[in-house]
Amino acid sequence: MTNDTHHGLGEKDQYAVRMEAVYKRYGDFTALTEIDLKVGKGERIVICGPSGSGKSTLIRCINHIEKHDEGLIFVNGIELQHNPKSIDRVRRETGMVFQNFNLFPHMTILENCVLAPMSAHRLSRKDAEDRARALLERVHIADQAQKFPAQLSGGQQQRVAIARALCMQPKVMLFDEPTSALDPEMVKEVLETMKSLVGDGMTMICVTHEMGFAREVADRVVFMDRGRIVEQAPPDQFFTAPQTERARYFLDQIIH
Amino acid sequence: MRFFDPAAFVDYLFNHFLMGGVLVTIGLTLASVAGGLVLGMIIALMRMSQNLALYGFARTYIWFFRGTPLLIQLVVIYTGLPQLGIKLGVINSALIGLILHEASYLAEIIRSGFMSVPQGQREAAWALSVPRRTIFWRVTLPQAFRLMIPPFGNSVNSLLKATSLASVISVEEIMRRSDMLMQEHFQILEVYAAAAVYYLLLVSVWDLIQQRLESHFGRSLDRNAKSTPAKRR
Ligand SMILES: Nc1ncnc2c1ncn2[C@@H]1O[C@H](COP(=O)(O)OP(=O)(O)OP(=O)(O)O)[C@@H](O)[C@H]1O
Ligand SMILES: [Mg+2]
Repeated sequence: MTNDTHHGLGEKDQYAVRMEAVYKRYGDFTALTEIDLKVGKGERIVICGPSGSGKSTLIRCINHIEKHDEGLIFVNGIELQHNPKSIDRVRRETGMVFQNFNLFPHMTILENCVLAPMSAHRLSRKDAEDRARALLERVHIADQAQKFPAQLSGGQQQRVAIARALCMQPKVMLFDEPTSALDPEMVKEVLETMKSLVGDGMTMICVTHEMGFAREVADRVVFMDRGRIVEQAPPDQFFTAPQTERARYFLDQIIH
Repeated sequence: MRFFDPAAFVDYLFNHFLMGGVLVTIGLTLASVAGGLVLGMIIALMRMSQNLALYGFARTYIWFFRGTPLLIQLVVIYTGLPQLGIKLGVINSALIGLILHEASYLAEIIRSGFMSVPQGQREAAWALSVPRRTIFWRVTLPQAFRLMIPPFGNSVNSLLKATSLASVISVEEIMRRSDMLMQEHFQILEVYAAAAVYYLLLVSVWDLIQQRLESHFGRSLDRNAKSTPAKRR
């Protein structure tokens, strides 16, 4: 590490996401403490941990939905600084999927998908719609394009949210508990959609407690507790032989 | 003198002089709503601004115009401004008073509409790199607008009747013309009953419009709504 600490080396950074000594505070409360996380290009990370451990905060700092207080964050070599230009550059590299979908309720599915490409990528309506239809096709929902979000099931809405994010052609996808708000029978269709991204070599950081998904898809599990990363390991190792007491306790809780 | 003369009442209902007043009331209301919306929007944006001066101005404005009677505001504008050399005429004085007053209410309605849009909507738009302006016009404003319609409807209803206060500075709307008719024939109940019927009619028409607005802007939330036809293909 020479002169690249304070200025990203652009395309030369071998990591899709690099966090160094990141802190996040809410008033007196420290939500993230000394976060160091390196995510390689094409790597798939699952973040888990007890409620309130800072998983959402961590993932939301990566695209500056939350503003980190200390430390460095790089996305594909672009340093995330607290100015609109830097924030915009980083957000163009990342896509995010939320627990509550956050589709725009007053727009049709197709409008939801073309808004950002037309306004941020300056695509023509035709090009944006072609791109959107192709991605809606991919998540098996093209026939619903003219409906409003409220007319779709939760699973369908979340698949639309994934397609909408993909319309901006992100390099890194961030998922914050994408299946937690869904009825059990809809969890599978959303997880299948997420798995289908793996083939494209998409970098994925996913907060989830779906351990089956983690075992099948993740390269690495990151376990958090009280605002710190406590343990990181490949899924086999993490699930069968967790190294820390806290991880063992956590796994006991969610398995029963 | 009879207690209530139905024939006279019906006469007043179709009295052209009074109907002219109805047109003035409608005009005052529409112009005040339009002006109030523009000014109210500006005040609401100031009220939501991080800039302390803008915020302070908006707070003071709202505090003052919601805290003093419209009647006093109208009289002060009508008699006070000419002393500063500003001559406006009755209609303009009334419009200024009504707009300043209405804006203070609409500003709070607009602000609460914006605050009721879930934060997740903005976050989703940020995450998609949607430009700030587009977020305002395409994401927050339409959703805030839907939430604003019911309180906005109420406010217009109040305003419609509050225009009657402009009679005090001699604007010839429904109330003023009723007064004039009353002083001619002293058929107090008959004249004012006719005037009340006009207000009822106007308010009812507005109720209908409000219902249409509500269902129009609420249609996307209706699970059983028909899909919109494909546009511009
Ligand atoms: N806006 C905020 N203001 C104050 N405290 C906050 C805020 N957001 C989060 N926190 C606190 O920060 C801590 C971490 O929150 P975070 O949402 O990241 O947890 P999490 O691991 O995602 O939990 P969950 O599994 O419940 O989603 C929690 O203790 C929470 O109360
Ligand atoms: Mg969370």
